[in-house]
Amino acid sequence: MKLTVTKLTKEFNRRAVFRDISFAMDDVDSLAITGRNGAGKSTLVKILSGLLSPTSGIVAYAGDGKAIASDGLRDRIGLVSPYLQMYDEFTATENLSLLSRIRSNNFRFEERSKELLVQFSLWEKRDNLVRTYSSGMKQRLKYVFALLHQPSLLLLDEPTSNLDEEGVGVVQNVVENQKRIGMLIIATNDAAEARWCKNAVHLG
Amino acid sequence: MKTLQSSYAVLLKDAQSELRTRYAVNALLMFVVTAAVIVQLAIRSEAPSPSVLSGLFWVVVFFAAMSGLSRTFVSEEERNTAMTLQLVASPTAVYFGKLFFNIVLTLILNAAITFLFTVVFPGFEVRQFETFVLTVVLGSLGLASASTILAAIVAKAGSKGTLYPVLAFPILIPLLMTAMKATTRALEGEPFGAASAEFQVLISYIMVITAGSYLLFDYVWKE
Repeated sequence: MKLTVTKLTKEFNRRAVFRDISFAMDDVDSLAITGRNGAGKSTLVKILSGLLSPTSGIVAYAGDGKAIASDGLRDRIGLVSPYLQMYDEFTATENLSLLSRIRSNNFRFEERSKELLVQFSLWEKRDNLVRTYSSGMKQRLKYVFALLHQPSLLLLDEPTSNLDEEGVGVVQNVVENQKRIGMLIIATNDAAEARWCKNAVHLG
Repeated sequence: MKTLQSSYAVLLKDAQSELRTRYAVNALLMFVVTAAVIVQLAIRSEAPSPSVLSGLFWVVVFFAAMSGLSRTFVSEEERNTAMTLQLVASPTAVYFGKLFFNIVLTLILNAAITFLFTVVFPGFEVRQFETFVLTVVLGSLGLASASTILAAIVAKAGSKGTLYPVLAFPILIPLLMTAMKATTRALEGEPFGAASAEFQVLISYIMVITAGSYLLFDYVWKE
């Protein structure tokens, strides 16, 4: 899958968050989106994941030489973001199962979810309600959810937020793996995290 | 097929969530019981006519719906799970999943209101059963259909509590007036065919609102 962003602009109440952002990514590539607080990093991530429409400009995904419509992106994109929440009234396993059914994924759910829950040290807590989770555990669960369907593009907004040292280590492994097999975009104002990526776009 | 599976999964998710949290059900049932008791206390030994009982029935249905049917979308926005749902489901799947959930909720609500009215008001006697059942079913479908799109609209607004009934009232008036007429016919024992005009209006209303909602939902759901 390739991504081409052309002259992307986003305005809220006629105030531009960012203007004329352009970049391109190959199917195995990585990009850091950097900028000060309020520069529009999270807004750009939401647009790239299809959750928000731009004011002007084009975000084009293509695979096998053909354009990929927004419906086709759902199976290919994984997102970890502070704006994303799981359902508090369900357990981790229930959240993953329900959301996978809604996404209508065809993959070996039990195997894949176990592998990820173990990797992110949530296996022992998989049958606890998410409302009992700490903020760090919720962040780990977001990673499990994002990686469950093996996305071609992984979008990380503030990737190590709320994570302890062990969690940061796991995320670094995920980042390195994603860089080998697909596309990775990280939105961060942490210079060290930005260096995980080959290229960078600076906002603001 | 995938959209249908996805819609069904959304419906199941909402149903399981509702069983755990009872966000909407508690509000609906409390309102229904309170409204029925207060109306009964106000009327006391008076014997309201079928048209008055019919009006009271649909007033209680309307306000009960206003207190509970918006929760399907409002709760997603309040808990910040709307984005999660947007990531995994197409707008069509979300719309139909939430619509089917609201239909089930409304049918349960109206069954409860019918039972309460039968117990609390001796004059609430359904003399033409088929007319009454079809009216309640069609009224429920129309109510759920309109409420679903309105809930999606107000979920993204401030002042959700005030805005929902304000937007709903003008849209639901044709449905409520028609349903009241047909219910009066059922309570008065008129033949089934006497309400055919009302049934046509209700079916047309459902089709127009559902089709319009389906076409508009994309723009409402996505920011």
